[in-house]
Amino acid sequence: MAVLNEEQTMLRDAAAEWAKDKAPVSALRKVRDSNAPLGYDPAVYSDMAAMGWAGIVVPEAYGGSEFGYLSLGVVLEELGRTLAASPLVSSALGFASVLLIGGSAAQKEAWLPMIASGEAVGTLAIDEGPRHDPLQTALAGTAVGNGYTLNGTKGFVIDGMAADAFVVVARTSGKAGEAEGISLFLVPADAAGFTRTKLSLADSRGAAKVVFADVKVGADALIGPAGKGYEILEPALDRTRAGLAAEMLGTALGAFDMTIAYLKVRVQFGQTLGSFQALQHRAAEMFSELEITRSAVEAALQAIDAGSNDIRELASLAKARANETLHLVSNEMIQMHGGIGVTDAHDAGFYIKRARAVEAAYGNAAYHRERFARLNNI
Amino acid sequence: MSETDSTELAAFRAEAQGWIAANFPASLKGRAGIMLNLNVETDEPDFHAWKKAMGAKGWGVPTWPKQYGGGGLSKEEAKVLSQEMMKAGAFSPIGGMGVMMFGPTLLEYGTEAQKQRFMPGIVNGTTRWCQGFSEPGAGSDLASLSTKCEDKGDHWLVNGQKIWTSGAQHADWIFCLVRTDPTRKHEGISFLLFDMKSPGVEVRPIQLISGNSPFCETFFTDVEVPKDQLMGPLNGGWTIAKRLLQFERNALSNAGGGTGGGTARMVPEVVKLAEKYVGRDAEGRIADPDLRQRLIAHHLKARAFGLTLARVATETKSGQGPSAATSIMKNAGSKIAQERAEFAIEMMGNLGLGWEGDDFNAYELGAVRGWLGSKVVTIYGGSTEIQNNITAKRMLGLLDHQ
Repeated sequence: MAVLNEEQTMLRDAAAEWAKDKAPVSALRKVRDSNAPLGYDPAVYSDMAAMGWAGIVVPEAYGGSEFGYLSLGVVLEELGRTLAASPLVSSALGFASVLLIGGSAAQKEAWLPMIASGEAVGTLAIDEGPRHDPLQTALAGTAVGNGYTLNGTKGFVIDGMAADAFVVVARTSGKAGEAEGISLFLVPADAAGFTRTKLSLADSRGAAKVVFADVKVGADALIGPAGKGYEILEPALDRTRAGLAAEMLGTALGAFDMTIAYLKVRVQFGQTLGSFQALQHRAAEMFSELEITRSAVEAALQAIDAGSNDIRELASLAKARANETLHLVSNEMIQMHGGIGVTDAHDAGFYIKRARAVEAAYGNAAYHRERFARLNNI
Repeated sequence: MSETDSTELAAFRAEAQGWIAANFPASLKGRAGIMLNLNVETDEPDFHAWKKAMGAKGWGVPTWPKQYGGGGLSKEEAKVLSQEMMKAGAFSPIGGMGVMMFGPTLLEYGTEAQKQRFMPGIVNGTTRWCQGFSEPGAGSDLASLSTKCEDKGDHWLVNGQKIWTSGAQHADWIFCLVRTDPTRKHEGISFLLFDMKSPGVEVRPIQLISGNSPFCETFFTDVEVPKDQLMGPLNGGWTIAKRLLQFERNALSNAGGGTGGGTARMVPEVVKLAEKYVGRDAEGRIADPDLRQRLIAHHLKARAFGLTLARVATETKSGQGPSAATSIMKNAGSKIAQERAEFAIEMMGNLGLGWEGDDFNAYELGAVRGWLGSKVVTIYGGSTEIQNNITAKRMLGLLDHQ
């Protein structure tokens, strides 16, 4: 683990204890079984915000602590271990990062304090199709008078059911596949012509399909210059990817620890499963992947905090590695648990369902391997 | 770097710069790879002058205590020295098993007399050591070794055979695991030091699939060893051996051997090779899509491994105890090194299989030998399987499978 400062160590310890206490896997099970409309328990998120976690990357002027991205990553890792359900990544990381990088003073003042306090939830409305690919944005932003009219559908918006505001990725010029012509709009959920419906996905969280039908916004809704939105979106996405990768590392560690614990107690042929070398070596391989993934995740978060020039490459490395490792560990968790692992009564199912959802979020492994390859001229 | 130096460090940096400028021969600049090639003894006078200077200064082992001829430098100073060496294209000519494994172990377990006797030769690079551990019947299960060592009153008498003794044909001395009690396994092993010129020592180099002979079979027939050359307690050799193996694994994953530090840096070279032998498509991608996908996966792995090396170094320096990642470094690093070697010959096609002759350039001829040579890295120093056993037992707390 990275060498943490005092604040980060305190954040980690607090998050670890809190997650065990307030958001064990059974809490997610409850969210699912009660068909919670937002895909998480709002009281739990208020509690998280009260701990200060929604303001970790937000400057003090807007009510945050500005402890930085590694600090938020440290918290997300602990929350990922127990699959704590909350909009922390979409709101306090993704949405907040777009405003921090490209928002006007007025936009920041209007939203960041509420994001940091947890009173409001924001999210990024990017993906129109089922696979993450922001350059394919087609949702139309048409200049009308002093403002814009938005028309189109965002098919998969993470925490779209909970969001009070959206960063809507729209196209004001150019064609799908081009970065030029992408514009970002800040749109509140109460805008006329905006509708959303809940998507029932395997991970039981609050994704939504969001439709914009002649939604009219003023020029002040534009984030950054028209047509140049990708220059804001891409770095904000990289911050989100690195943070989510930290959460995924935590999820993989949670799954791994449960699996190792099971290997130590389950007895067959008169000995514990963990004494079988075939399983030991697979466990050792997973341990290796987890350690190497940790290095990639922490390096990306540290690069963001340091403002390095290789953030894009490191974010894709972190997300690709986190995807591959969580994929492996979530599959092995089920296989090593045997029959009990495929029953709904066991928690393994929650891990593998969440794993695939976060693997797809903000770019799957194939997306990030290709992006990493382009950046490295392979 | 230098902007952040304290006054003391800045003074040391200036001293190091001056000393390197005064002593490092220009003819050797940037030639570390060639000059330090295993088993090649150069007769270039400049190399020997440099070795003598470094040996006298103790800077080949910069952090070792001064009283035994080491540099006596702090970690920070050693880092500055290494930075300045790199800047000047210089390298340490002092190395080998004495430096990597035996020296650090001797410092921990040797008697004062043993340290006084053996350290100077290691520090100035005049005594080459080899490692007498593996035997024909004791490979991965090292503790089952049977080389017999009997107490004959005024000397030890050694009979038996070692195998895979790296560099035994060039070695002056051997540190050797011997059995002093046949009734106990781990507690019946002792750690013995002796001269390879002793009567009864016979060395036969083993030719490998790569055509090279970096390892030997070593036979001991009635070898007499003075009593004061036992290191550590009688029957206490296994503890010392384990400590020495830790030094070995760290060295293997951190440097040389093609497994560690070089791994991350080598990736761009593989991409260049692909560009040369496979070419790029109209969009600038490596032309063979299947190869390209595997190359990308390799690059990702190697980059993340490089970041892990850096993380382990930072964590170790911070004094928060040994990093958990240490246990995985040897396996991960050696796998990447082998993959890289396979890529090279795959991309070169039949040119990557050239064994000798003018139809192939030096790089191509090197690739095929390097590929075959790389097969040892997942076997020596604790095979991949042994490393996995250790990780399962020590890191994950799973029961010994035996």
